Amino acid sequence: MTTLTKTEGEKAPTGPDSFLSVRDLRVRFSTEDGIVKAVDGLSFDVERGKTLGIVGESGSGKSVTNLTVLGLHNPKTTTVEGEILLEGQDLVTTPEKELEKLRGNKVAMIFQDPLTALSPYYTVGRQIAEPYMKHTGASKKEARDRAIEMLTKVGIPQPKTRVDDYPHQFSGGMRQRAMIAMALVCDPDLLIADEPTTALDVTVQAQILDLLKDLQQEFGSAIIFITHDLGVISDMADDLLVMYSGRAVERGGVREVLREPRHPYTWGLLSSMPRLGGSTSQPLMPIPGSPPSLLNPPSGCPFHPRCTFKDQVSGDRCSTERPPLGEGRAAACHLTAEQKQTIFIDKIQPRLR
Amino acid sequence: MLQFLIRRLTGAVVIMFLIGAFTFFLFYTVPQDFAALSCGKNCSPENLAVIRENLGLDKPITTQFWEFMSGIVAGRDFPQGHCSAPCLGVSFESGEFVWDSIIDRFPLTLSLTVGGLVIFLILGLGSGLLAAWKRGTVVDKIVSGTSIVLSSFQIYLLGPIVLGLLVYSTGIMEFPKEHSFTEEPGAWFLGLLIPWVVMATIFTAQYTRMSRSTMIEQLQEEHVRTARAKGMRQRYVFFRYAWRGSLIPIVTILGMDLSALLSGAVVTEFTFDLAGIGRLAVDSSLTKDLPVTMGVMLFGAFFILLLNILVDLAYAYIDPRVRLS
Amino acid sequence: MSDNLTLPAQQGSTGASTEALLKVEGLTKHFPIYGGFPIKRKVGAVQAVDNVDLTVGVGESVGLVGESGCGKSTTGRLITRLLEPTGGKIEYAGQDITHAKRKQLAPVRSEIQMIFQDPYSSLNPRQTVGTIIKSPMEVNGINPAGGREKRVRELLELVGLNPEHYNRFPHEFSGGQRQRIGVARALALNPKLIVADEPVSALDVSIQAQVVNLLQKVQEEMGIAFLFIAHDLAVVRHFSQRVAVMYLGKVVEVGDRDSIYNRPRHPYTHALLSAVPEVAMDDEPQDRERIRLYGDVPSPISPPSGCRFRTRCWKAQDKCATEEPPLVQIGGNTEGHLTACHFPEEPTVGARSEAVVMDPALKALEKDGDVSKG
Repeated sequence: MTTLTKTEGEKAPTGPDSFLSVRDLRVRFSTEDGIVKAVDGLSFDVERGKTLGIVGESGSGKSVTNLTVLGLHNPKTTTVEGEILLEGQDLVTTPEKELEKLRGNKVAMIFQDPLTALSPYYTVGRQIAEPYMKHTGASKKEARDRAIEMLTKVGIPQPKTRVDDYPHQFSGGMRQRAMIAMALVCDPDLLIADEPTTALDVTVQAQILDLLKDLQQEFGSAIIFITHDLGVISDMADDLLVMYSGRAVERGGVREVLREPRHPYTWGLLSSMPRLGGSTSQPLMPIPGSPPSLLNPPSGCPFHPRCTFKDQVSGDRCSTERPPLGEGRAAACHLTAEQKQTIFIDKIQPRLR
Repeated sequence: MLQFLIRRLTGAVVIMFLIGAFTFFLFYTVPQDFAALSCGKNCSPENLAVIRENLGLDKPITTQFWEFMSGIVAGRDFPQGHCSAPCLGVSFESGEFVWDSIIDRFPLTLSLTVGGLVIFLILGLGSGLLAAWKRGTVVDKIVSGTSIVLSSFQIYLLGPIVLGLLVYSTGIMEFPKEHSFTEEPGAWFLGLLIPWVVMATIFTAQYTRMSRSTMIEQLQEEHVRTARAKGMRQRYVFFRYAWRGSLIPIVTILGMDLSALLSGAVVTEFTFDLAGIGRLAVDSSLTKDLPVTMGVMLFGAFFILLLNILVDLAYAYIDPRVRLS
Repeated sequence: MSDNLTLPAQQGSTGASTEALLKVEGLTKHFPIYGGFPIKRKVGAVQAVDNVDLTVGVGESVGLVGESGCGKSTTGRLITRLLEPTGGKIEYAGQDITHAKRKQLAPVRSEIQMIFQDPYSSLNPRQTVGTIIKSPMEVNGINPAGGREKRVRELLELVGLNPEHYNRFPHEFSGGQRQRIGVARALALNPKLIVADEPVSALDVSIQAQVVNLLQKVQEEMGIAFLFIAHDLAVVRHFSQRVAVMYLGKVVEVGDRDSIYNRPRHPYTHALLSAVPEVAMDDEPQDRERIRLYGDVPSPISPPSGCRFRTRCWKAQDKCATEEPPLVQIGGNTEGHLTACHFPEEPTVGARSEAVVMDPALKALEKDGDVSKG
């Protein structure tokens, strides 16, 4: 359909198993201050039944990407280019009516803050039953029974009475469980979880993460798990995509990336994060500066203004030429493979112990 | 819920007592002899004394106040006869029971306010919803623009313009006139249509803008996005999720507008020469007819308090968080 | 050690303080709840902080961790006297400031400063950075040598901001920079104790590290004692020499960093540590115990009797409901490592033979899973 005219747009293989493939996605918002390039040439794949973790800081475009997958962006101010292929169907060009049939059915979503993401005006049971009735044509009674079944599954005590409670009568963790029940009620093939545990306490987060993993086993859904927390990603994901300034900067299997990261930004993230098992005698190694504005992103590699290693790249390639993200396990950086390996072993790895 | 109602009603009684006391004593700070006013020119001292006794003005002010207030609950006896509860006393001017004159005028004011309310709620909220649904389109711009122009009008300005257009120059409609709702509903409707529309226009503009902005705000709420993410139809999301949330600020403003609506009715009565309670209130304060002023004040206060309780009940209906806490 | 008292103490992980700068005993804060009809009266209380003992030594950094509603922020606000304690005693440098009035508090106020979580709302948007940092000096009538403006510029430089940005407004800075402004303001009066309430939790990971490093620099170079309040256990571990763990308004365990993170005894500390998601660098399963509690923290309005953690605890017995465990040094603990538990856990965080899973949904799903796998 779309001809890839820009050489800098990445190409990734469309594996036979890839259930969702995003190709050269570009999302722009027009705002009063100008055009925000929220996502700029992003490609990734999600395999059936697997979990893709997307990690990045605020403004990296990770949440926007996933709202776009479901077509939940504001069509008046947003332009979307590229392809979002769900089992071969391009969601970018799919009309709203068709998207409605996919949402909550084939693709469901869990949001960060269950208090604001659930409507305060309707009972939890009704909110869970609604998509089930819409997508399966079930009766009110059937949908209610299904809601109770789902609440039981996600561990809500006394589901038969709590089904008639309103969200504010639930505690934070219970609300997120109800949200999960709502997302899984139609047995979706893909679940998009956007920072689902960020608003929760750590002991509750652990419960919810384990619950998601166990439910994934049972339901067989693929998951796109969006977070800023590498620890959570390490626990949840099979594959990992690191995003920065609307682009993917590193991709690979989650262990590969965490064991031997290849992008200076990933290095920075890992070494600026204190860990329970880490040394306390040496200071953290933060990434200097702040994330770039998406109104006016840096030229070339978007990370170059904050990159400590750009001197090792000959010429001014970092500020002029956008490094491509290769296929499979890859990092979008101009450093050579040897340079990356040497820097990681000499300078980064010792800090991670 | 019952406890809530009892609490609110108790509060209402206290507030009405305070309003009554305030009006009463404020009136007596005016150095005027009401009996002399009532007696007229060339009044003999004997006459004056009789009138004073009849009106109860010979007793201390506190006793008068007490008799007035207890009359509301228990009724009072006057030379004219027994005034049964709720008794608001006897007019200094006409000698009629105040309650009777209020009840006589009440249907008109009620028709004006309720009719105006219904019209501006339907028009205002409806066009606001339309503008929010069609946000950014020509429809939105027309609705929003019109509402800004209309909201700068006043009843006493818009009234004569409408009268001039529809009554005096073209004769499409007759001059507004009061008819009985039960006996001639058609005439009642036509007779009050112009006042309604004029009164409602000013409020409509305000409610259009408000419902548009609260709707747009609600549409950005996360739970509205969740509903869309579940695959619910846009129209369903709009009316079931966003609309429900935008009712809360609308009801709040409506509660505060109730007194504005009543004063709007007063201005409307004057503009269209209709004899309602507003008219009664203004006339009575011009002639220093204390019992009538008191009566109208308390009557009006009672309605505003009642409506405010209804607004609170509406909150509980709309938002379960209010209901259960 | 006692010879070093005048110097900013660089303490080792042994923790036990040389000289207490801040001493809190039995600190309690109950927020009354009013209600009832027809006359409103006190119908209950949120027991936000209940009988908390805590000391912070000169130049020492003490971490206060716990989940939301555990009372850690309230404790911070009580110590800085932004809130009036319901009971207990706060002693600063030997002086009782528990109920000190404004005037009595004045000399102490400048020595205890606070850094807040939200760098967006804790700075007045209508004031320039210079004014913001200068105002504590003005309020306290302090005139540093060379003038206040010079001092502000020095402070800006110290926290890593350009001194030329003196006349800029907070909105012109990024989140991390704003938190630096908050740090500069706190430093303006040469404090001896800084209470930092979730100072980095609103920031992105890469910026978090910048601010943590800045605070650490300030703490070490200027010898300022810190009470570092945070929910992120890894950040607290990195920053604090001693750590207190709070649950539902009580300190359940306190000790030096090593004791709390490697040899915890209280089941709640175990559960907290086990819940922290850690980056696994390799494929081997991590040698960590797995404890999954069930549900959320109970309401502080009517906390459980006895031990407050017992309703979520896998070791709870009848005694826990009737008798509140005292915060004491239990057998096998090092000095200064206190635990409030009747049935303490083994002092290790290594993997157990069987995971502790309290969550019925997880239990059910995992049992099914095992069956299908087997």
